[in-house]
Amino acid sequence: MQRIGLFVCHCGSNIAATVDVKKVTEIMAMEPSVVHSEDYQYMCSEAGQEKIIQAVKEKNLTGLVICSCSPRMHEATFRKAAQKAGLNPYMVEIANIREHCSWIHKDIEEATEKAVILARAAVAKVNLNTPLKPGESLVTKRALVIGGGIAGIQTALDIADAGYEVDIVEKTPSIGGRMSQLDKTFPTLDCSACILTPKMVEASAHEKINIYTYSEVEKVSGFVGDFTVDIRKKARYVDMNKCTGCGACMEKCPSKKNLSEFNRGLGNRPAIYTPFAQAIPNVPVIDTEACIKFKTGKCGLCSKICAAGAVDYEQKDEIISQKYGAIVVATGFDTINLDKYDEYAYSQSKDVITSLELERVMNAAGPTKGHLERLSDGKHPKEIVFIQCVGSRCSDDRGKPYCSKICCMYTAKHAMLIRDKYPDVNVTVFYIDVRTPGKNFDEFYRRAVEQYGVNYIKGQVGKVIPQPDGKLLVQGSDLLDNKQILKEADMVVLATAIEPNPDVRKIATMLTASIDTNNFLTEAHAKLRPVESPTAGIFLSGVCQGPKDIPETVAQAGAAAVKAIGLLAKDKLMTNPCTAQSDILLCNGCSACANVCPYGAISYEDKEVNDHGIRETRRVAVVNSALCQGCGACTVTCPSGAMDLLGFSNRQLISEVDAICL
Amino acid sequence: MQELVTRAKALLADGTVSRVLGWKNGDMSFNPEPSFFETEESLAEFVYDGFCGANLSKYMIEAGKRDGKTLVFLKPCDTYSFNQLLTEHRVDREKAYIIGVGCRGKLDIEKIKKAGIKGILKIEGADAELNDETLKIKTIYGDSEIAYKDAMLERCHVCKGKEHMIYDEVIGESQDTCDKERFAEVSKIEAMSPDEKFEFFKAELSKCIRCNACRNVCPACSCRKCVFDSTKFDASKKANTTSFEEKMFHIIRAFHVAGRCTDCGECSRVCPEGIPLHLFNRKFIKDINELYGDYQAGAEVNQRGPLTNFTFDDAEPSIVKERG
Repeated sequence: MQRIGLFVCHCGSNIAATVDVKKVTEIMAMEPSVVHSEDYQYMCSEAGQEKIIQAVKEKNLTGLVICSCSPRMHEATFRKAAQKAGLNPYMVEIANIREHCSWIHKDIEEATEKAVILARAAVAKVNLNTPLKPGESLVTKRALVIGGGIAGIQTALDIADAGYEVDIVEKTPSIGGRMSQLDKTFPTLDCSACILTPKMVEASAHEKINIYTYSEVEKVSGFVGDFTVDIRKKARYVDMNKCTGCGACMEKCPSKKNLSEFNRGLGNRPAIYTPFAQAIPNVPVIDTEACIKFKTGKCGLCSKICAAGAVDYEQKDEIISQKYGAIVVATGFDTINLDKYDEYAYSQSKDVITSLELERVMNAAGPTKGHLERLSDGKHPKEIVFIQCVGSRCSDDRGKPYCSKICCMYTAKHAMLIRDKYPDVNVTVFYIDVRTPGKNFDEFYRRAVEQYGVNYIKGQVGKVIPQPDGKLLVQGSDLLDNKQILKEADMVVLATAIEPNPDVRKIATMLTASIDTNNFLTEAHAKLRPVESPTAGIFLSGVCQGPKDIPETVAQAGAAAVKAIGLLAKDKLMTNPCTAQSDILLCNGCSACANVCPYGAISYEDKEVNDHGIRETRRVAVVNSALCQGCGACTVTCPSGAMDLLGFSNRQLISEVDAICL
Repeated sequence: MQELVTRAKALLADGTVSRVLGWKNGDMSFNPEPSFFETEESLAEFVYDGFCGANLSKYMIEAGKRDGKTLVFLKPCDTYSFNQLLTEHRVDREKAYIIGVGCRGKLDIEKIKKAGIKGILKIEGADAELNDETLKIKTIYGDSEIAYKDAMLERCHVCKGKEHMIYDEVIGESQDTCDKERFAEVSKIEAMSPDEKFEFFKAELSKCIRCNACRNVCPACSCRKCVFDSTKFDASKKANTTSFEEKMFHIIRAFHVAGRCTDCGECSRVCPEGIPLHLFNRKFIKDINELYGDYQAGAEVNQRGPLTNFTFDDAEPSIVKERG
């Protein structure tokens, strides 16, 4: 049996106000293996830690139970204190009597009883703890950034400037992301491309940055400091090394009527194309579904016209396997699908568009060359209605429960730009609230209202009804005047909610990074570790973590880079000693564990065993503890219980459950 | 049957196999038992008829440890179990010579008894080859009869088909005897309220005498050491402290074979208390089919079961909330 020291933390009043800490201390002193039991106001303080060290020395303790906050907060602190006192740090267990107990209970008696139960479970576990020793693993000094938007570009630049190699993987044919689709940016109204393209050029020219466009992450294995990633470089059918970017192929391509993804389907592009003029790399790709050569075998015009001989119809996808120490996710966002919002007539009328589509309409390189016009008949609109919160702050399952954060500001921007360029156009904005927290944001919104005369109506739109004459009848309510409004408009713009790029689910799964119910990647701690994923070595940059505007994205991108640099600067990492072990006498050799192991840490060997006198050769599982991350998938899959996790053995867990139930 | 014996003798004689795994006469005409035959002479005791329901694939684990090949007779549904054991590296294909035997459905003596036929002396019409549609039964009370179909094991009414999934040669004709919906019984239980379900299983499982017959016969329960016997997990200690123990045994067993169970029905066939144990396993199979697409364990060798595999189309954990 262990000689356990048990410490009950008051956490000021966080715990002590709801849990009778004295009583817990007294009761736990009666546990057979507990030889020292005391309470203290702040166990995490210097004085608290000193108490632990003193007790270990005086009472010759072999194990510690700290009843305090979540182990995510101070487990490391108390392990260090144990080590200082000469104990193995893995002889420490935390009973979480704050998050799991005092914070969620009101009744003192109930909370105290639960605190005792949690403490008993921890004692039961420590009784079976064994000293563990972490190993070491090397750090690959190279980072992967998934996503080549402004978030990914900024993160890559910051990591590269610190001297580390960075690869950017971008799914589309060019880096630039959503920001490249925007016309102007709030609150300064500077041209998006003008501030983005220098960053794109800088990234592409940086000697430490390597960009894989038209590429996707296919497989991720390994762990922090030592990931192996397979990148699928999709066939462009144009040789990157030969292409001069002259654009002749795009001009001559006879298959011109293909919806341009970059223009949100509002314009066309040829089958061989670069998404936009400033694309990086300036090397086109062939859309095989649109290409006549691929569809019928005839044509081949682009190949004939290409002076550099860069077009190669035989090109194949290429898989690049690369090792990385850190991975940054910067997969960005898209607008939500509006199929469930029939009332706004988005699918019925060409003149009902999303705000992102308006960005393209307003852009000089867009489908209307920057002229504000109705997409149905090309006429100049006189009345434009903006509808806010389409799918944002939504209480039913049609939309998203969160605020998309950027819509209030970009709508003020759109309204202002339209009024500035076309003073004859009336602009009305239906809103629930106008949210403008940010530097110079409220001033910006007020300018739209006061200086540019944009008509803001607090209230929601119930229906948009296309009229026979092509106009749109907008039916809404004015909550401040408490009246119904019927308004004829020439155009309606929907501030459509944003959601994480749908691919993020797949990527998160590959990275074993957790995502929330809205598909945003979860941060390791909402306040204190906002740019790290709970999965070690995975960092978050940009909207993949939550809605944010450009300055916030860039700031977070830099923060993610710093965290990645901090990791890459290390030569070695301490590995988790809580790894799986196979009991060769119980192992059936059935391969179930190897099938579920996400780290490829389990292999099989034919081993000579002596099973209580029976000597035979058996196929048994062997765990490579350098690869094992201690996730425990194998232990729950193994039918015979041969797989067990050090520090979290089946027996330890059953003892904890017993302590709770008995 | 004679053809099987002749072939077995030939394979023993030319040294292709070192022994034969089949069925031999039991102490009564309706309870033949699995048996190894080491010599041609011993095959005099070999039997193959409607009562040879026993699935021999599990015995091939032991056979694999012996020298030389073993000739094993497998019915179509037994071959699924053999494939599953191959997938789990528990049997050695190189050590097996598989003769797929014909099957027209296997008989359940309990069904005959339940039909009111008592004092059974002799049953005629159970031969594997003859297609007698009626069983003629001599009893101490006189002659009686029952339709072959009415005396079939439950599992034969949901027959997986007449094809052998793995074999070296096939002798005899098979019939697909499926005439019931496989998951009908499971659906009935699913429709019960939680309390009704609990009462149902409590009533059924409380009959359990922990004879371990289900575990011993189950081809998926092939662990070298069962967790219930292992000293590593104080499971035996728990048996003494909870009245729910035998229920937990069956629930845990069902979880352990989930995704690996081929639905061979041996557990229910051998249960001396007549507990419909296959229902647990079939519920898991139904859920797996619904959540991950149709899957039949043992249909192929080395297929990845949905519970030990991952695809991006897998059901999300939130399904639990949606399904209740």
